[in-house]
Amino acid sequence: MNNKRNIMLTIAALVILFGVACFVQAEVNSYVRRIINLCLVYAIIGLSMNVTNGFAGQFSLGQAGFMAIGAYMVGIFTVPVELRADVFYAVPMNPHLVNVYMPLWMALILGGVLAAFVAGIIGTPVLRLRGDYLAIATLGFSEIIRIVITNATSITNGALGIKNIPPLNDVRYIFMAAAISYVLITLLLNSSYGRAFKAIREDEIAAEAMGISLFYHKNLAFMVSAFFAGIGGGLYGALLGTVDPKNFLFTLTYNFLLIIVLGGMGSVTGSMFGAIIVTAGLEYLRLFDEPMELMGIAIPLFRPGLRMVVFSILLMVCVLFWRRGIMGTNELTWEKIISFVKHPLSGFRKKGVQGK
Amino acid sequence: MIRTVLRTEHVTMQFGGVIAVNDLNIVVKEHEIIALIGPNGAGKTTAFNDITGVYTPTKGRVIYSPAEGKEIDITGRKPSEIAQLGIARTFQNIRLFKDLSVYENVLIAKHLHLESNFLAATFRLPGYKKEEEAMRADVERLLKEVNLWDVRNEKASSLPYGKQRYLEIVRALATEPKLLLLDEPAAGMNPKETAELTEFIRQIRDRFNLTIFMIEHHMDLVMEISDRIYVLDFGTTIATGDPAAIQNNERVIKAYLGEDEDA
Repeated sequence: MNNKRNIMLTIAALVILFGVACFVQAEVNSYVRRIINLCLVYAIIGLSMNVTNGFAGQFSLGQAGFMAIGAYMVGIFTVPVELRADVFYAVPMNPHLVNVYMPLWMALILGGVLAAFVAGIIGTPVLRLRGDYLAIATLGFSEIIRIVITNATSITNGALGIKNIPPLNDVRYIFMAAAISYVLITLLLNSSYGRAFKAIREDEIAAEAMGISLFYHKNLAFMVSAFFAGIGGGLYGALLGTVDPKNFLFTLTYNFLLIIVLGGMGSVTGSMFGAIIVTAGLEYLRLFDEPMELMGIAIPLFRPGLRMVVFSILLMVCVLFWRRGIMGTNELTWEKIISFVKHPLSGFRKKGVQGK
Repeated sequence: MIRTVLRTEHVTMQFGGVIAVNDLNIVVKEHEIIALIGPNGAGKTTAFNDITGVYTPTKGRVIYSPAEGKEIDITGRKPSEIAQLGIARTFQNIRLFKDLSVYENVLIAKHLHLESNFLAATFRLPGYKKEEEAMRADVERLLKEVNLWDVRNEKASSLPYGKQRYLEIVRALATEPKLLLLDEPAAGMNPKETAELTEFIRQIRDRFNLTIFMIEHHMDLVMEISDRIYVLDFGTTIATGDPAAIQNNERVIKAYLGEDEDA
């Protein structure tokens, strides 16, 4: 059965990729590892945003706030107890929390759960709105989360941020987290609940007339999205080794909006490609920021800032030629890969068959 | 006595100063095919929207009886709840899930009967797997029965117009309704297609043991198939009766053809 074969192929691919991750961890320098890790973290958060925006069709811009919740959970609970006095030097840490330590994985899950909980509270009033209004409301709430964090000084160290988070530049760990997130989200999206999300995206009125509760399913999508944004935010904090309210300004959300628009709203594999292109692209375009000489003559445009110009032009080109992102709502399925391997050229002419 | 499936009691719908539906009293009995007709803007679709929960009537009640001896006041309930109680509908301007396949369109309509929660679904627990298999089997049977199985992988929006209308009805059927509301099912169809649709409506009524309440403009269809007809004009019911009585009703003829100025 094709289904079984796909599961086997996916497991095999994950094992191989994990092997690659181990190799990268052992052999590659820390700078490249950091970029790979950032790609993976951004891929998780990009996909989480795609759940609400691409699959359930609700234009939400709250991702930075949910990330902040996850990142702060990691910040608060994983700093070694003996270092906490150094971190909280202005205002001492809340006495109930000062001796509570958690391993990273526990803090990540706690961060995800708390983010989902906050999303549930926010979602109840906000998800009645549609389109631009929803975007503005979620943007506002994401800022509120950030302001609350800034002012809860005894818990979050306020504007000073939390330093001394044990740095995590481990490709294996982050790869595992990303793989689990992708598998879980894909399973949800391919279930009947995922189909209900898509129905809401396609036509709310028809979906409701088919007995799909808008309130329940929009909230579910929003909370699942916040859960994984919290996990991604936690990994982001751990990767940076420090969390600071200024990291989670609403402009951070635009990175992920970029990722999903570029990758394809409503495509799981698209989110992954989008994350890799945006993160790695921004990093490797740095060569445009350095002065460059061609045959002894310095080219005048190559100076700091050119990178963003080039990147923006590439984006525009991308969006002009692929209006619905690289993948649209399609997925890169094993069927397509196999048919591509068998007939390398015909795959481009014929539209691939949907999976399953 | 035959059970009354749907009853509207003095349903009135007011939008600001406009009374779109005025004191509507409709009775739909089990296994009947009832038509609601009237000139454009008479308030037919508004009446449908009042029944299916898209609007909450300004006045009056909608009573639905899903089974013998059970009556539920569905006034002002959410459309999704009403669909779960067994009232399905189609739309005047087709509302399919355009980007999804024919198969997915119908499969989605089965979601309302799903009992497993989202965690059971995500982790593919045995209970969910069984439900999913049953859903897929149902959809396969349904699509084969209505000759849409061959196009199951096509995007809904790529189907020809007539097939889209059928697909919308099939999607409504997939929710396993007791009462089916059809909003202009024959809109845009030629006489031959309309005749086929007439036959189809009758078939599904018998095959799925449905009660059907429809809005329609094609008089051949309405006159041939309806057990009773309600005629609306400017929100008010101006006539009720069997097709023969409606065809000869003075007020209905006036509403459709206009009044003679000399009269």
